[in-house]
Amino acid sequence: MPAVQETVARVREIDVDQYKYGFVTDIESDRAEQGLSEDTVRFISAKKGEPEWMLEWRLDAYRRWRTMTEPNWARVDYPPIPYEELYYYSAPKGTAGPKTLDDVDPELLKTYAKLGIPLVEQELLAGVQERRVAVDAVFDSVSVATTFQKELRQAGVIFCPISEAIREHPELVKKYLGSVVPASDNFFATLNSAVFSDGSFVYIPKGVRCPMELSTYFRINERNTGQFERTLIIADEGSYVSYLEGCTAPMRDENQLHAAVVELVALDDAEIKYSTVQNWYPGDADGKGGIYNFVTKRGDCRGKNAKISWTQVETGSAITWKYPSCILRGDNSRGEFYSIAISNGRQQVDSGTKMIHLGKNTTSKIISKGISAGRSQNTYRGLVSAHRKATNARNFTNCDSLLIGEECGAHTVPYLEAKTSTAVFEHEATTSKISDDQKFYCQQRGLSEEEAVALIVNGFVKDVLQQLPMEFAVEAQKLISISLEGSVG
Amino acid sequence: MLSIQNLHASIEDKEILRGLTLDVKAGEVHAIMGPNGSGKSTLSYVLAGKDDYEVTAGSASLDGQDLFALEPDERAAAGLFLAFQYPLEIPGVATMTFLKTALNAQRRARGEAELPTPAFIKLVREKADGLGISTDMLKRGLNVGFSGGEKKRNEVLQMALLEPKLCVLDETDSGLDIDALKVVAEGVNALRAQDRSFVVITHYQRLLDHIRPDVVHVMSKGRIVRTGGPELAHELEARGYADYISDEAA
Repeated sequence: MPAVQETVARVREIDVDQYKYGFVTDIESDRAEQGLSEDTVRFISAKKGEPEWMLEWRLDAYRRWRTMTEPNWARVDYPPIPYEELYYYSAPKGTAGPKTLDDVDPELLKTYAKLGIPLVEQELLAGVQERRVAVDAVFDSVSVATTFQKELRQAGVIFCPISEAIREHPELVKKYLGSVVPASDNFFATLNSAVFSDGSFVYIPKGVRCPMELSTYFRINERNTGQFERTLIIADEGSYVSYLEGCTAPMRDENQLHAAVVELVALDDAEIKYSTVQNWYPGDADGKGGIYNFVTKRGDCRGKNAKISWTQVETGSAITWKYPSCILRGDNSRGEFYSIAISNGRQQVDSGTKMIHLGKNTTSKIISKGISAGRSQNTYRGLVSAHRKATNARNFTNCDSLLIGEECGAHTVPYLEAKTSTAVFEHEATTSKISDDQKFYCQQRGLSEEEAVALIVNGFVKDVLQQLPMEFAVEAQKLISISLEGSVG
Repeated sequence: MLSIQNLHASIEDKEILRGLTLDVKAGEVHAIMGPNGSGKSTLSYVLAGKDDYEVTAGSASLDGQDLFALEPDERAAAGLFLAFQYPLEIPGVATMTFLKTALNAQRRARGEAELPTPAFIKLVREKADGLGISTDMLKRGLNVGFSGGEKKRNEVLQMALLEPKLCVLDETDSGLDIDALKVVAEGVNALRAQDRSFVVITHYQRLLDHIRPDVVHVMSKGRIVRTGGPELAHELEARGYADYISDEAA
């Protein structure tokens, strides 16, 4: 039948390896020797002009990492990572300190333009009274441009590359770095602690509501270079901040290791909202060449009435190993996790959250929407626990999985541990498939099959999309459609 | 408008349509009646292009366009509308969003500009008011938690909005009480036009009291076995389908 041939041709046309953001920017890099040793750690620390205490911290982590083994409990399968063949530091050349956008490599700006990042719209944005987005652009490992510093400085907000914070605000960094995710936490976090290249540092002073949403765009660009971002956000008493993280990556042959660490600290009555849209290269149709994403993200509600909310839209990477978590230490503190995880092609996702209830009257909410298409595997793994002193701890969990096609898998692995009888944990889970009848109904009204799937999926994830800041929600909605291309036919 | 010649179609190698021929002219309303299992719903699915059905012989054209050469969405854009017997639910997708996506998809397919949102909202409000569809209903997930009557009214709203050339109504009266039936029938009647045709598939005569057909066909075992005027529907109501079942068996 001609219709069948057409479908086959169409699927070929929109093959997953035609990655929309697959291009490479031609910029010379200044990178460390191949492999990992104490010398590599010293090289990175020296490159950053770090003080001695920081170097020692890194070296401690490095020595510990040498004694650790890679975890294998996640439902992901990949060839051994050749840690000794990777490069652990790379920075765009000549970016020691661009003063303004004019000083930034035009190649870099072109890359951002292709991605539609509004860095070059600075003047335009600055003139507008509406909500503004400050972008601390991370290119490979070094932050090359920072915007809106002036307005933030007036509010007393510190938003800078973490390398700068180590030099300029050592007292804050010393106090909080590694206080949520200890250097010894896990294999990937420890590796990060040894070799982290750069990332963002945010400090919101007491009682300050950050005047704009803070945003960092990550981009992996150097062949064979592990990307080790380190982010630390501190919301002091009674403050509020919303932080957006968005990522795309150029096409590559080799797998690229990414092991980031994000630490959030919310003191009394403070609130942190952390949103991520992740769209790294997922690999070609056979699953070759995609990003390995092993991330440790954790927030500590250290004070009473503190609130931390994670929202993530995960569409990329060959492997995702990621569990943004909340430690609910302060009484009456609250943790939230809203997640959309989409896997297509040969992608493997093992993601979820941990809600650790330690304080009294702590509450948490988990809404997870997993969508599996193609030959992908999508696992939700979550832990909700209540310490025996966490009286009246409450959790609500809702985990929905949607399957598209016959060859994908969805798995839900929830762990519940209550050591106090006053805890109330609720767990709801559903698994559904997009029915042919639903698709046919949409098509009969004029939607193509792909439009039909995108519409149904957008309906499925609506609860989570609503949690994203406006500008991100629109981007995320587009991403969902893009990442499901080729999933039908 | 619609021309079907010697149509044979099967599902999972079981032949359901066995040489069906039907000709519907512009502006006409044709009713297709028949016993359960005669292939009425299959006809509607085959015309709309549902995947599970295979056309093994024959042809169907809409305004001279070969329907079987088109994908289901292309058939919709060409002006074919099927009002479903059981409209599907799509959770999380507001009815309003669905209507807008559908209308703009069809406009794009026809090379027309998309309708700007304010004009679209105005248009929907107008059409919805006539069908007693509230704004609240338009905000809810498509068909989610709708009553039987609400679902069928929603089908008619889509019909009114998409302005098809040919409307196929598949057992639209099923599951409706008499009041709901009247509202739906009035909605359909308001859409009757010289350049628009209807194929009304129904088991019972009562729908045809409200949507008056020009031609009535009796379908049995996958073909049209008798054709007449509106009086044929009354005859069927009085005598049932027994004649046609035994005729075929003989």
